[in-house]
Amino acid sequence: MSAPDPRDLSPLRIDETLVRKMLVGFLRDETAKSGASRLVLGVSGGIDSAVVAALAVEALGAKQVLALFTPYRASSGASRRDARVVADTFGLKLEEVPITAQIDAYFAEGGGDVADRVRVGNKMARERKSIEYDRSWPDGLVLGTSNKTELLLGYGTQFGDMACALNPVGDLYKTQLRELAASFGVPAAVIAKPPTADLWPDQTDEGELGFSYSDADLILYHMVDRRLSVAELVRAGFDEDLVRRIRERMRRNHFKRVMPLIAKVSLRTVGHDFLYPRDWESDTQR
Amino acid sequence: MTVRVALAQCAPALGAFARNVRMHEEWIARARTERADLVVFPELSLTGYYLKDLASEVACEPGDERLAPIARASRDIDVVAGFVERTAAKTLHIASGYWRKGELVHVHRKVYLPTYGIFDDGRYFGPGETFETFESVAGRAGIAICEDLWHVSVPYLYAAAGATLVLAPSASPGRGVAEGGDLGTAASCRLMDQFYAQYLTLYLIFVNRVGHEDGIGFWGGSEIVGPDGHVVARAAEFEEQLLVADLDPDLVARERVRNPLLRDECADLVLRNLSSRLGLR
Repeated sequence: MSAPDPRDLSPLRIDETLVRKMLVGFLRDETAKSGASRLVLGVSGGIDSAVVAALAVEALGAKQVLALFTPYRASSGASRRDARVVADTFGLKLEEVPITAQIDAYFAEGGGDVADRVRVGNKMARERKSIEYDRSWPDGLVLGTSNKTELLLGYGTQFGDMACALNPVGDLYKTQLRELAASFGVPAAVIAKPPTADLWPDQTDEGELGFSYSDADLILYHMVDRRLSVAELVRAGFDEDLVRRIRERMRRNHFKRVMPLIAKVSLRTVGHDFLYPRDWESDTQR
Repeated sequence: MTVRVALAQCAPALGAFARNVRMHEEWIARARTERADLVVFPELSLTGYYLKDLASEVACEPGDERLAPIARASRDIDVVAGFVERTAAKTLHIASGYWRKGELVHVHRKVYLPTYGIFDDGRYFGPGETFETFESVAGRAGIAICEDLWHVSVPYLYAAAGATLVLAPSASPGRGVAEGGDLGTAASCRLMDQFYAQYLTLYLIFVNRVGHEDGIGFWGGSEIVGPDGHVVARAAEFEEQLLVADLDPDLVARERVRNPLLRDECADLVLRNLSSRLGLR
């Protein structure tokens, strides 16, 4: 392993064939073990959900995958168009379930400050997820589409877009998902457009974060995957302010990545010392 | 005279003992159909690997009735299978047993329990303390369970004790997907297998599992490497497979004549150096 180089993005390159095989196997195995036979995901028109859609189709076949597009009245037309292109590319039927009525009703009833777009955005993200969970009943699993960059930066809504039963792409940085998307045949227009949560007009991830995904990914890769310290990265020529900001975001948002805290009072407590694997199988299963 | 070995690259169910026993019976039957003399299952093949608190619930003593089907299946084919052993002192160990002619003739307890990164063996299990060799259908053998093999002293001790065969049942998670390389873990394992086999002039049988547990995928790639360092057979990655191949025990004899490293190895010097360092003399 050579010294980290702020201009060298090559450490982020992945073996797409191998990753694809691992992720398809993950979806197939974990779905079968849970006893489910369908996968449900929100397709937004962006790269992450496009890759997850492609993986789901390869794992279980298009008939077993439900793709949902859940627009709000302010959602951009480009999102709808790209979601359709993605669904068509992978042979999926795209169901559209608008969320305008319930979101507007909630805020109209004085449920919250409609001027606070973060609150509205969070509410929308949770509304979408609640629809995906509803539509997964009784034999489906909800797929997550949060990538490693978003998870580490905490750039997502807890129990909203971050909620899921299985997340095949959570260990891949945005930069790596772009690479994977190209190998899957995700349309070039979807790969090329600026990533956005489309929660309000002209929102872009990179505009909101204040740095580019490729800069963040390289720093995260060296800090997380390679365990380099802030000091080591600065010595190697990375921008100190950016490294510190990313590190602080990661720390501050850690709560989004873990299960809720449970106050321990008894002799054996869920999450503390009652530790069973989630894939806890029985002799009579299957 | 060759010995036919079957490597059972399977995907055990986590915590479902009876189901895994049935799976073993099926795979042993397939190995028998292939006229194998020995079938080797991966680490904790009867229980699954990431057991956490399930460890104590699936544990059994070697004489437990739940293992009887394995013993019965071994009447006409030798079997290596993995289980959680509860000792007479009620401690838990990751164990691999060797069944021959209907009897459990040898048990190895995993000595090196990885407790770092994605591993937590040391939280749930106690370490084994011995490296004993035993007579297998393919010659004198020793068992190194997964992390055991990563410690260079383990295959060395077996070779020093006369083993011509090291059996390495494993549960190795696949990770490291950088472009232009093999899967990171696969590259490390293959390097070890080949190095140990060639420089200790013995057969190295690495049996890894496949399937997923809590999102972690086991990569398979089971293989047999001969005492000349050549890969005799290698299974696919990430897919179930019964890999069958023939070993030639005479090849060990030929290689040890050609390459007498083991004959010239000074075990007494190793012992004296270690003893003085440890203050034992």
